[in-house]
Amino acid sequence: MRLRTLVLREIFERKSQLLTSFLAILLGITVIVSIKNISYYSELAVAREMDSLGANVLVLPKSATLQNYYAADMQDETIPEEYVTTLAMSDLEGLDNLSPKLSMPVELSGKSFTLTGILPKNEFQAKAAWGGAGIFSRPVGCGASVGMMDSEDKKTLARKRVIDTLTDSEVLVGADVAAALGLKDADSIDVLGKKFTVTAVLPETGTVDDSRIFAHLHTVQDMAGKGPVINAIEIIGCCQEISKGLVAKVNSLLPDAKVVTVAQIASAQIRINKMMKNLSLMFLVIIVFVGGASIANYFYANVFERRREIGTLMALGANSGLVLRIFLLKALILGVAGGIGGYVIGTILAVVLGPKLAGVIVLPMPLLALPAVGVSVTLALVASYFPARRAAGLDPCATFQEV
Amino acid sequence: MLKMENVTKAYKHRGQTVTALDNATVTIPRGDFVSVVGPSGSGKSTLLLMLGGMLSPSQGRVLLEDDSLYDMHPNQRAQLRRQKVGFVFQTFNLVPYLSALENVQIPLFLAKMDELSQAERATALLERVGLGDRIHHKPGELSVGQQQRVALARMLANDPAVILADEPTGNLDPETSQQIIGFLEEFNGEGRTIVMVTHDPRAAKRAKRLLRLQAGTITSHEDGNKAFWAA
Repeated sequence: MRLRTLVLREIFERKSQLLTSFLAILLGITVIVSIKNISYYSELAVAREMDSLGANVLVLPKSATLQNYYAADMQDETIPEEYVTTLAMSDLEGLDNLSPKLSMPVELSGKSFTLTGILPKNEFQAKAAWGGAGIFSRPVGCGASVGMMDSEDKKTLARKRVIDTLTDSEVLVGADVAAALGLKDADSIDVLGKKFTVTAVLPETGTVDDSRIFAHLHTVQDMAGKGPVINAIEIIGCCQEISKGLVAKVNSLLPDAKVVTVAQIASAQIRINKMMKNLSLMFLVIIVFVGGASIANYFYANVFERRREIGTLMALGANSGLVLRIFLLKALILGVAGGIGGYVIGTILAVVLGPKLAGVIVLPMPLLALPAVGVSVTLALVASYFPARRAAGLDPCATFQEV
Repeated sequence: MLKMENVTKAYKHRGQTVTALDNATVTIPRGDFVSVVGPSGSGKSTLLLMLGGMLSPSQGRVLLEDDSLYDMHPNQRAQLRRQKVGFVFQTFNLVPYLSALENVQIPLFLAKMDELSQAERATALLERVGLGDRIHHKPGELSVGQQQRVALARMLANDPAVILADEPTGNLDPETSQQIIGFLEEFNGEGRTIVMVTHDPRAAKRAKRLLRLQAGTITSHEDGNKAFWAA
């Protein structure tokens, strides 16, 4: 005979009475685990979609207007290139990538195109000070841009708006440019009297980028004769940080520039994230109240039903501490079983229903097991504590027929 | 030795003071076998509970050997019960979901004995009361007489010096009652002190002495065999 034997025998003897409390806690944990699991993969999917849309924050000259997100850099006004340095050297969190641009119109074979200067990633890394404290040494916040910095494929510029290397004599051409001029990879092209090699023809994007020729920023600055200036800085900002006021922070860092966000894109994810968080919070509240009340109610009834048994134990020499432990151990077993069961069923539901409900592939998240069991056990222990104390304080005289 | 010194137990019930036991003084020497008789509500069980350290008096002292029970911390009293006192109940109070063996193991578990020793001792005790072939039966699978014998084995588990029995034959047929009283006599013969509350005259007369209670007062304190029948 051990304490565990005593408790387990009682549980199995009266399992039907315990069933309601067990189901309450099991269902609560199941729902929370399902929502958390699905929402995690849903957020990840949305983040990937955001990533594919490119930058979500723009730094523009003060007078510029945001008529067209993709053509935002095609204006006459400029801002100093040192703004890029200022941002890169800052300690702002959530700046996952910076892409400064300077654009100028060019005419090739009688057709109008845009020559856009961009700064490849290696230019950032080449500057020791930036490398030590700058943007590329920061952890990536959203998870959306993981891996993009290491891309070797120059065609990723079309989608990810960043490129690793680009020499002075290299250009990337948009799909429309390539079609109009009959260009393909490794061809030569003459732009404003300067010879370039076509490093890559970018895939079609359906945006003004298809009519662009991308060259090194400093080459374009030289060709434009405007000095070290740019038209815009595209920023891939972490959406969570945007919601925490990243735009205002960038604005205060660059007071002479205009900082805008593609609000509808950022807010879409934030809205989904918020909804999922609210939903799981709501279920947490429900499980605390309904599950907790059910457990407390069950334990009060159980103590009442067992008062003679408790009194007998006391008459046999059990102290109040042991009686308290009997009920708390029972609650612990209930909590662990509810937590593990809830995690397993919740995970299965998430994996099965995730693709149907959220349109995303959901994988099991072992990390959720610990909080699931933690919430379940804490709830069971807290809800049963007062009934257990009542049991420990029972008058053992109840064991006798007559007092 | 068990001793009550001027013990009174009064409590409030619906605004009225009820005196369950009034200025009771009694000494029960080691090895004695005392029957406590009296009408319902006369305070018999109150007296038994107080002797067992489970109900504190409003006034007076209760001593088990030289220890004043109610001057102790409740946990110390629980320890004392575990070591020196065995209870027998009218309704047996067996734990319904445990087997006979496990029921007898409870006091041994409370005394922190290891599981193997618990099983060995519990089996021996059940064999002693004639239930060696019923050790894995649950109380519901046993007759009332067998259940009371399991309760006797459980009571003996920690080898108590004092046995407090509350109507131990109250739910039993005459034949089984005699068997249970026989066991109590046997335990008394081993030197254990027995205090038995009973309504059964035949059980009462088997005790060495008799204590009669009337409305919370000890009215007589006599030799059991003659006195009971003379009353």
